[in-house]
Amino acid sequence: MAKARVKAPKKAKAGDIVTIKTLVTHKMESGRRKNKKTGKLIPRHIIDKFTAKFNGETFFSSDWHGAISANPYMSFSFKASKSGEFEFIWHDEKGEITSKKSKLTVA
Amino acid sequence: MTKLKVDVLDRRQFVIASGAGAAAIIAGFSSAAHATPETAAELIKKLTNSAKIAEGKIKIDLPEIAENGNTVPVKVSVESPMTADNYVKTVHLVSEGNPGPEICSFHFTPMSGNANAATRLRLARTQNVVGIAEMSDGTVYMSKTQVKVTIGGCGG
Repeated sequence: MAKARVKAPKKAKAGDIVTIKTLVTHKMESGRRKNKKTGKLIPRHIIDKFTAKFNGETFFSSDWHGAISANPYMSFSFKASKSGEFEFIWHDEKGEITSKKSKLTVA
Repeated sequence: MTKLKVDVLDRRQFVIASGAGAAAIIAGFSSAAHATPETAAELIKKLTNSAKIAEGKIKIDLPEIAENGNTVPVKVSVESPMTADNYVKTVHLVSEGNPGPEICSFHFTPMSGNANAATRLRLARTQNVVGIAEMSDGTVYMSKTQVKVTIGGCGG
């Protein structure tokens, strides 16, 4: 299971554009690396989809390919309008899902 | 004395031979189905449904020289009011020199507030990274940035 870290603000004013930073542990095996002992290719295994939701509505998503570094970092913006809950979801190619939630209070 | 001389020669020959071997591997590697400006252009056509592409509007921040191709920080930003009827829908990043041309696509919405995103890339060698921005009104913009990569992030 991948481990995720999210840096999202807890409070914001209506109309503020906030930056959210996320990091997830994953080796993002590109499928082009060789096992040094056997000389065989290590099979591809990456996270290929990241989704950011607020109160259930997707506001940012990203498709990833082999060219994204190990332990993918992703930062993006969100325009605060009302209080609610963020949900960040990472979809692994093998169907494994990692998610993290964070609350936002809009004053 | 003579033996020592032979040893030195052997070592030298070994170095020359292994150097040639490494060169052969590198040559074989770079010619083996790497993305090129042509394959990148093909992918861009596919991603944008052969839309007409104008220059500009999209800014890609990449280091001029990346010492480690395994993690190259990249930041994209597109100027846009990000309102319900005028916003940036998608930004694609395409490589002209990695094993495959696809890097990533970012999908924005008016809720994003602005079309800024940052992540970290693997770049196999010195190349151009192409950014393509698709706007909500169907117009497409692109820009290219060159990165010099000292150590490739291909894993070999």
